Amino acid sequence: MRHRTWPLPAYYFALLALLYLPLAILLLFAFNSGTILVFPLKGLTLRWFGQLFATEALMRSLRNSLLVAAGSSVVATALATCGAIAFVRFRFKGKGLFITVALLPLYVPFVVLGVSLLLFFSTLGVPRSLLTIGAAHSVVSLPYALLIVTARLVGFDPHLEEAAMSLGANYWQTLRRVILPLIAPAIVAAWLTAFTVSFDEFAIANLVVGREPTLPVYLYSQLRMTSRLPLVVAMAAVVMVGTLSIFLALAWLRRILASTPASAAGATSALTARA
Amino acid sequence: MSAIPPPPAVRLEAVSKRFGEHTAVETVTLAIAAGEFFSLLGPSGCGKTTTLRIVAGFETPSAGSVFLNEVEITERPAHLRKIGMVFQHYALFPHLSVFENIAFPLRLRRTEGGDMRQRVSHALEMVRLPGLAGRMPAQLSGGQQQRVALARALVFHPSVVLLDEPLGALDLKLRKAMQLELKTLQREIGLTFVYVTHDQEEALTMSDRMAVMDRGRVLQVGDPRSIYERPASRFVADFIGVSNFLPGRVREVGVEATIELDGGAVVRAGPEQLTVGQTVTIAVRPERTRLAGAPGEATVGPEGRWNVLPGVIRELIYTGSDTQYFVELGPAGVVMVRVPNDTPPEGRHQARPGERVWVRWEVGSTAVLLA
Repeated sequence: MRHRTWPLPAYYFALLALLYLPLAILLLFAFNSGTILVFPLKGLTLRWFGQLFATEALMRSLRNSLLVAAGSSVVATALATCGAIAFVRFRFKGKGLFITVALLPLYVPFVVLGVSLLLFFSTLGVPRSLLTIGAAHSVVSLPYALLIVTARLVGFDPHLEEAAMSLGANYWQTLRRVILPLIAPAIVAAWLTAFTVSFDEFAIANLVVGREPTLPVYLYSQLRMTSRLPLVVAMAAVVMVGTLSIFLALAWLRRILASTPASAAGATSALTARA
Repeated sequence: MSAIPPPPAVRLEAVSKRFGEHTAVETVTLAIAAGEFFSLLGPSGCGKTTTLRIVAGFETPSAGSVFLNEVEITERPAHLRKIGMVFQHYALFPHLSVFENIAFPLRLRRTEGGDMRQRVSHALEMVRLPGLAGRMPAQLSGGQQQRVALARALVFHPSVVLLDEPLGALDLKLRKAMQLELKTLQREIGLTFVYVTHDQEEALTMSDRMAVMDRGRVLQVGDPRSIYERPASRFVADFIGVSNFLPGRVREVGVEATIELDGGAVVRAGPEQLTVGQTVTIAVRPERTRLAGAPGEATVGPEGRWNVLPGVIRELIYTGSDTQYFVELGPAGVVMVRVPNDTPPEGRHQARPGERVWVRWEVGSTAVLLA
């Protein structure tokens, strides 16, 4: 049996290389003092990071992205939480349709969504701005948030709510004292996921963008100028480190979700799928 | 003994519950007295839990009315009923400590801090868990969690406590100990308990009265003794304990009823509401039957008269405390005779498979069931 197992480690390392080598090269070039991205490196420098913060347009696009991500993730998470509670705890007509419609953005290519949103906004005469991007991002990150919160709700004992009611809690008290505290980790996880979905979304943003670009849109526009390339690389490195922190936060939340009795295996796998 | 009976704590009047095509509860009428330990007993799917949930307010009946202390509460939401509930899987709030779990109903009622602490610790003492207030539910054993759930259901002084198979998730030994403890606690505080279980032994042990349910209907209500000794139907006789069933036909009615079994043997039963020619089934508990080596020995009963039937031992099983004999009575069928192993010598018959014996039981121990 032993001689047959060698493909497994080889496969594993090939996978690792494919995943992380480009990232490692990116990190490396972020510190390259030359302006052309070729080996060997000319020297090491932190210059690009300094320029990064000095480039006002870039900082503006970063601020725009953070604003859009913050706004759209809050909207998506709030809608997803209400939707998940309705979907898991209540019986109502058209529930199946509701779920399908809410999850549809997962299956529609973002380019298609972007074009249709562009048509939609221009037909209605809505001026394109950060708000239109935010609205679009709320729609596309909703399914992720919905799945995460739903998985958590499905995982916990519905008798908890009945217990609260038998003890004298009305619906709002039950929501505030029992349901929300129990699904809080899932809400945070949903929010972080929605945030990252919005933050690195390019296809839609590029179509419905107004005068203010988001970071991915701005970075793409800069790629055409070779002199700007080191800046783009440095920015990508910064974003990567930021994303990694969010990923670690999600991993930590996953452990909380798994360790509380109301743990939902589904939420964990939903997060894994996203991460 | 002629005192006016107290008004019922819980009363159901022709309550039905349908889920689509399926009828879970079918015109159930019950009156549960204040201070009573009342059990709803039946196999899974018999409607006992749905009945309990209707009393709790988690289900709205499709028809009928529910009364709490003679006030109609059919439409009253669960959180305004002031009825305690203990769930099978405890339903403790996992994000709250033992103290906060028990204090939950008190906080909702804005109980003042000192008073609240006192009532929580009193409740913990009542369920014999002092000193665990700071723990989280996940750090407790199943038995301890169930005690916390009970303390939480008692602490706000509900007028009725509903228990839905509360011991179902515990192992047998712990369950037996908890049965006794629950019963003692209930008697001490004098609260009305409505207890759902599928375990007939548990219901017999703990209840003041019980209702046996099947397919959404209440088949019989009574104290454990009358249900066990006087089952009203074959289902009840079969579900509660073990019974021997022998089919027959009524031959005479009067001070006693005479029933002819298949094959011609005749047994007698107490005065029953029967008509001559009716097809019936007689039920006899195995522990009420005896074995004898001769009919003469059998007919000389110490008190009362006996039914005596000849048979052949087919099988005997030693079970420690007693021995079970399976005796074939010819066409009438096979009966199980349970003889305690400590029975004094004159009642003990050392018998072997194949031996001819006489099975006897008191006329008064014969239950006659319609069909």
